[in-house]
Amino acid sequence: MAPSFDHLRDEDLDDEDFDVDEVDISDLREKYEVQLDEGYDTFVVVDGLPSVDEETKPKLIKFLLKKLNTVGRTSADAIYMPMGDDGMSLRFAFVEYSSPAEAAAAVRQLNFTPLDKKNIMRVNKLTDIDRYGREGRIDEQYTPPKIEEFQEKEHLRSFMADPSGRGRDQFVMFRGETVGVFWNNEKDQPENVVDRQQWTETFIQWSPQGTYLTSVHAQGVLLWGGASWSRLRRFPHPFVNLVAFSPNENYLVTWSNRPISIPDSGHPSLSLDDDGKNYVIWDIETAKPLRSFAQQDTPAAEGDAAKKQPKFPWPAFKWSADDKYVARLNQGTSISVYELPKMNLLDKTAIKIDGVMDFEWAPASVRRDGVKTYEQLFCFWTPEIGSNPARVGLMSIPSKQIVRSLNLFSVSDAKLHWQSDGAYICVKVDRHSKSKKSQATTLEIFRVKEKGVPVEVVDTVKDTVINFAWEPKGDRFVIITTTEPVGATAVPPKTAASFFCPEKAKGNAVGNFKHLRTLEKKNHNAIYWSPKGRFVAIATVGNQQGADLEFYDLDFEGEKPEGEKDMTANLQLMNMSEHYGMTDVEWDPSGRYLATWASAWKHSMENGYHVYDFRGELLREEPIEKFKQFSWRPRPPTLLSKDEQKTIRKNLREYSRVFEQEDTERISSADVAVVEARRQLLLEWYSWRENVEEELSEERAALGLPENPVEELLKEKTEAAAHGEAEEQVVEEIMEEVLEESEEVVN
Amino acid sequence: MRPILLAGHERALTQIRYNPDGDLIFSVSKDQQICVWMAHNGERLGTYRGHQGAIWTIDVDPTSTILASGSADNTIRLWDIKTGKCLKTWDFPTAVKRVEFNEDGTKLLGVTEKRMGHLGTIVVFDVKIDVDAEQTDEKELTIVCEESKATVAGWSYLSKYIIAGHEDGSVSQYDGKTGDLIYNIPIHELNQQITDLQWSQDRTYFITASKDKTARLISAKDLEILKTYTADTPLNSAVITPKKEFVILGGGQAAMDVTTTAARQGKFEARFYHKIFEDEIGRVRGHFGPLNTVAADPTGKGYASGGEDGYVRVHAFDKGYYDFMYEVERERQNRLAAAASA
Repeated sequence: MAPSFDHLRDEDLDDEDFDVDEVDISDLREKYEVQLDEGYDTFVVVDGLPSVDEETKPKLIKFLLKKLNTVGRTSADAIYMPMGDDGMSLRFAFVEYSSPAEAAAAVRQLNFTPLDKKNIMRVNKLTDIDRYGREGRIDEQYTPPKIEEFQEKEHLRSFMADPSGRGRDQFVMFRGETVGVFWNNEKDQPENVVDRQQWTETFIQWSPQGTYLTSVHAQGVLLWGGASWSRLRRFPHPFVNLVAFSPNENYLVTWSNRPISIPDSGHPSLSLDDDGKNYVIWDIETAKPLRSFAQQDTPAAEGDAAKKQPKFPWPAFKWSADDKYVARLNQGTSISVYELPKMNLLDKTAIKIDGVMDFEWAPASVRRDGVKTYEQLFCFWTPEIGSNPARVGLMSIPSKQIVRSLNLFSVSDAKLHWQSDGAYICVKVDRHSKSKKSQATTLEIFRVKEKGVPVEVVDTVKDTVINFAWEPKGDRFVIITTTEPVGATAVPPKTAASFFCPEKAKGNAVGNFKHLRTLEKKNHNAIYWSPKGRFVAIATVGNQQGADLEFYDLDFEGEKPEGEKDMTANLQLMNMSEHYGMTDVEWDPSGRYLATWASAWKHSMENGYHVYDFRGELLREEPIEKFKQFSWRPRPPTLLSKDEQKTIRKNLREYSRVFEQEDTERISSADVAVVEARRQLLLEWYSWRENVEEELSEERAALGLPENPVEELLKEKTEAAAHGEAEEQVVEEIMEEVLEESEEVVN
Repeated sequence: MRPILLAGHERALTQIRYNPDGDLIFSVSKDQQICVWMAHNGERLGTYRGHQGAIWTIDVDPTSTILASGSADNTIRLWDIKTGKCLKTWDFPTAVKRVEFNEDGTKLLGVTEKRMGHLGTIVVFDVKIDVDAEQTDEKELTIVCEESKATVAGWSYLSKYIIAGHEDGSVSQYDGKTGDLIYNIPIHELNQQITDLQWSQDRTYFITASKDKTARLISAKDLEILKTYTADTPLNSAVITPKKEFVILGGGQAAMDVTTTAARQGKFEARFYHKIFEDEIGRVRGHFGPLNTVAADPTGKGYASGGEDGYVRVHAFDKGYYDFMYEVERERQNRLAAAASA
């Protein structure tokens, strides 16, 4: 217990025998020692040099200078290399730079630089050597560092083993101030895994393979996971706004619109070098920052004020499929590719591409036909500059060779869409006529895996293409076009959805892409392919007026229309649905379910979520106040080999029989439970009523009141009324008598 | 069946009451009118004139002889149902939000508003169910609500307790004779006003509706919550249906919160819940404003709802309503029938 005033003993307060001089404050003095400007800030100590004699010394100094001058200014005169008694150098040197900043840069950048195979140069500040190496600061005796006992950690992928044995998927819901993770239970109430108040401040995000749940706070980003949902990592990036993971969950990029400002007292993991930076790239395993970057100002689009660039591009750092490279676009000039894990610029220089507008990495490591060496591909495009045509290029990294390029004319914009395996890239090119008035869109598809990367022009679309999506792992795609100008309107624009697929071809080859069918007069604006392909949902999202959802099957197992015999798809509308106010749509990672939700971030009407099965059957709808976010937990790639998967697919009927039986059993047992619960409720209610009624009649009897309180009153009233009626009749009779009297008078 | 639309009021409805025989409907609204209607065809029999402010509440005695009404003109009035004559006027310092007769019509309670330095009170009068009798001027009882004002109140079985619902979401039980507070229990979410309180036929339990979007079934004796019905909109009214084990809830987004959105946003529907299982079983649309009051025909033949839109909609139940039964209920019915015949 901390001593408080009450606990102070009298002798503690007695200051008679208290002598200020006796107090030993050397430890405090040491701790709070003021760093005086000692004038040695421009000096560094270079260690780890080879031992040389007087003769070879100048050679070594010359060699050293080459290295040392890369970060600052120094000269042979400013290097002092002490010599030992034996005439050999003592393997270190003092170097003076022209400014303290240069000295600091030397320490930062040259420390641990290899001189040759044997010797690695160590560079330290002279002042540091003095500070840390002074006598007494280092134990004379070497004590080995204590190695913590290995502790078994939780399995971060335990969520793959559904305790119910049904292979269910998890999802996270953020509603109100609460974040909860649930097992999807189809029609039934989702089973809660964990539910926490104020788990995040702004939003939540899964890592791409579902291992971590990311929560975002003003102080930084936290990663959670494992069966106990404990905090696994901390990335203290102050005022972080956005987070992006590398595809294999090795690295993390955080971004804040406020440049990092390192307080004087320091920061637990960021250093002074990170001051003023907006992006930080972290190693997830060690939770250490690798490198930080400042925001770049994207040059405003020339002359075209209406077409405003977004304030900042996100993701700014794009990852290659294997986490080996990360690249950033320097719009109009170059692409900087960094190598992981050291985060050094590939070949020390950005790849210069004049006018480059955008680039995309292949989402998978592609094996091109006839290419044996390791490579990662990215695709970029440049607009027309002067008389030079616009260009789309495919570059191979690390060789930086342009594998394929395509020249185009009259280009106003281009979008790059990779297919999920990296087998194709579709470049959606918006073109204008010479007069720059009419627009048209062409789709240029690069067949990346085929020899020489042939390019196919699919179709010229007169209307504006507002959306494009490849079938994941497949070779079909859907586009949505509109004739109306794109922009925020209350009434959703009339759109048309067009399906494309390859023609049938001999052998394993993929035929030419052909237009399959167009669905006219819709309002759709978004395409959601099932992550396993084949099924696609086309939706109208984020619109107040309508929120349609249509589910299509592209491999319908029924009659195929005569005109589409040569196509590799059989399109069939399976179901239509509507979810009022829907703002987002997401397939579960297995492609079995689709969730749609209306988020309170966008509007406050009928917030909540729906869950559909892949056929478009509505399974569950739950309105939830202040519902903000829904997200399926992604799954890591399967561990089964292609052959194993094939065997499973072959025996699907066997499995489905077992599963269906389990399902019916579970449903019927659930039904039985519900009925039983109802029976119980009914019984409780009626027995309660019986008791109450009995008590009531006893009390009534005890008070001497009649069984029915109003019976007597009503009887009285009816009697009175009957009595009154009789009287009235009498009056009528009198009237008759009067008439008779008048008759008599006449007589 | 199509509901009968009673378009006699010019402003928002505040309360609707059936008489015990279920043949008359009394409705009051903010337009200072009390209307009486024939329940079976919606014909208006007449109005009771005299109030000079919005009328908040109405009740009819068990013999359908006299009518009590409470208004924003700070009065409770008694009326002769048959002739429309005003029999008595009691004056108060503030508006009257609720009136209710006890089970034999000998006592009348009124809930007065808290305003201008006056605390909310519950007052009790002795009443004679006789249009010719002189009614007393003296309050038999005054209960002052010091904590949170009462918004609704009613008489329990045997007039043993007075139950009041408060602005802070709590429910109080007072002794019916002495007015002593026995219990005060938080029933609804804190500071979510209780908007309605209606009784089961034998007055042993009641239902409360609240702005916290729930309605609760509560036992009068010990204020135990028996059931909870959760809706997705603030509730203004709730009623227990006779004959069938249902409850009807009415509410909707308050007019000021609806703004420009479509009618579906307002949730202006009467909702039917199963009284015992708490499941929602159906909704009836029609109003284009929040439902301020719902009332059930005591003979179980229909219900009426009054909305902010100024309309009363009288619904007669059709066959489907009477036939609707959960499997377990049918089971029980069959068992009882078998036992009865044996």
